[in-house]
Amino acid sequence: MHPAFSVIFLTTLLGAGQGLFLAMFTGQLYAIAGFVPAQDGPFYGLGSFVALFLLVVGLGASFFHLGRPERAWRSAAMWRTSWLSREVIILPALMGLLFIYGLAHWMNWTAPWFSIGSTLEVDATLMFGLLGTIASFALFVSTAMIYASVKFIEEWHSTFTVFNFTLLGLASGFMLAAGYSAYIGSPLVPFFGTWAVVLTIAGFISRAAHLMRNARLQHKSTVQTAIGIRHNAIVQKAQGAMGGSFNTREFFHGRSELTVRMVRNVFLVLVFPVPILLIVIAYLIASTTLPIIAFLIQYVGLIAERWYFFAEAKHPQNLYYQAIS
Amino acid sequence: MTQLALVIDLNVCVGCHACVTSCKEWNTSGWAGPMVDENPYDGSPTGTFFNRVQTFEVGIFPNTETVHFPKSCLHCEEPPCVPVCPTGASHKRADNGIVLVDYDKCIGCKYCAWACPYGARELDEQQKVMKKCTLCIDRISDPTLSDRDRQPACVLACPTNARLYGDVHDPDSEVSVAIRERGGYQLMPEWGTKPANHYLPRRKTQMHISPDELTRVDNPLRKEDLTTYTGEETLDDLAW
Ligand code: SF4
Ligand code: SF4
Repeated sequence: MHPAFSVIFLTTLLGAGQGLFLAMFTGQLYAIAGFVPAQDGPFYGLGSFVALFLLVVGLGASFFHLGRPERAWRSAAMWRTSWLSREVIILPALMGLLFIYGLAHWMNWTAPWFSIGSTLEVDATLMFGLLGTIASFALFVSTAMIYASVKFIEEWHSTFTVFNFTLLGLASGFMLAAGYSAYIGSPLVPFFGTWAVVLTIAGFISRAAHLMRNARLQHKSTVQTAIGIRHNAIVQKAQGAMGGSFNTREFFHGRSELTVRMVRNVFLVLVFPVPILLIVIAYLIASTTLPIIAFLIQYVGLIAERWYFFAEAKHPQNLYYQAIS
Repeated sequence: MTQLALVIDLNVCVGCHACVTSCKEWNTSGWAGPMVDENPYDGSPTGTFFNRVQTFEVGIFPNTETVHFPKSCLHCEEPPCVPVCPTGASHKRADNGIVLVDYDKCIGCKYCAWACPYGARELDEQQKVMKKCTLCIDRISDPTLSDRDRQPACVLACPTNARLYGDVHDPDSEVSVAIRERGGYQLMPEWGTKPANHYLPRRKTQMHISPDELTRVDNPLRKEDLTTYTGEETLDDLAW
């Protein structure tokens, strides 16, 4: 498949935004439980607004993918069957929840609505945080299922796709949370940093397993099934167009095998070992800039990761477009 | 239920592209607006087509065969391109089974093209909406046309009659009979898309003659012939 940067930015920015919000809410939950020091409202509030900003930029990037962006509102119609439609509905819902969650923290709307038992007081932030968490995970699943549900793009048609999108999104979000805490001098850096490292390792396991699965993949479709002729030697001599077509532009990455392999190696280095190393060093020397750098490097790596995700996928229609003439 | 479709006879297709040009001509001048053509007279002409004829070479020289392979939307009975469409622009008509795109609703997200294993959908680079074969819905549903003309443009154009058109759910239709009796098959059956369009295979016209057909064992003349033959011309050679 041809990697489109609109979609690459959409999926990576959304992942980081959802992850950052979930990091904020995790921080809040840990603070309620007394495991980490509670932060003041604006800490969570600002964090959520940053997350919201990432979602908005991601949504903006997605419009560049559409031929007719002015009709984008129509895309919520088929939520019963289309994961794309589901994503289109959940994304604005999550944005709304994030905004209210951030605002509630910012304005310190922490008067409890009711309490569960004698200790847990449920206020607006907890309620909207919970709803936002559900929406975030629903968004991870719908974004990934857009790809994983296409059964004949066999590289994508796997639960690994869902795990990767979720884990890598979470990892970059917690990485950003560590950078954010370091930047404003909050003591939560080691907390978010530890989570970021754990999630990055989990993401590595899932992504590496996905790579290994795809390396062994045997495609079901062959040129024999594509044109229905039983013969071992079938060569395409013409594809019905001399100057290429939508089919040659949309479904081929047009780069050499070497480039594709290089991108894979780059992301394997930038997404996993480098940020982990930086977080560890930041912890050892108590650096406030390294976590931010760790996030940025991982994000660049994730762009390469998503690029490779598209480039690696071989669409069966390519069997009809092997040779121009 | 009716399922209109094409049956394409690979045995007689000569790869002349008449269906391609007549399809383009009809559909580019239709109500849906032109189908883009970029650099039509230049080095790299490219544009939107509903139908393309491709060519494959089967076998190893000198035992090769050239197969011309017309390719368009197969109007699948389980079209994977339809449920993925977020706007509902892609739909399968209940009355005749034709898969269509509503160009006024399509947002050009290309998801349906990803979800078609056959590469039958092409985005129009000018109108920025998804386009594909409509089976000439505007011709075949036009009651003002004569019976002969109420067929897809490609079918009318084919000089070798390689394109049959009809209802594949009607067991007595020309297309159903052709599929049944001439080995009609579907493309990429492994995905369960159940394409409505079928292809008829290539076949060689061969005569099978077995040795006993060369000698008439019950030749009555032989019964009365008492000659002992030693390799010369026999009665069989003369009498046949
Ligand atoms: S051939 Fe492709 S576009 Fe046509 S109905 Fe089947 S899946 Fe859809
Ligand atoms: S490109 Fe158009 S027809 Fe295809 S899925 Fe998107 S909105 Fe539907």
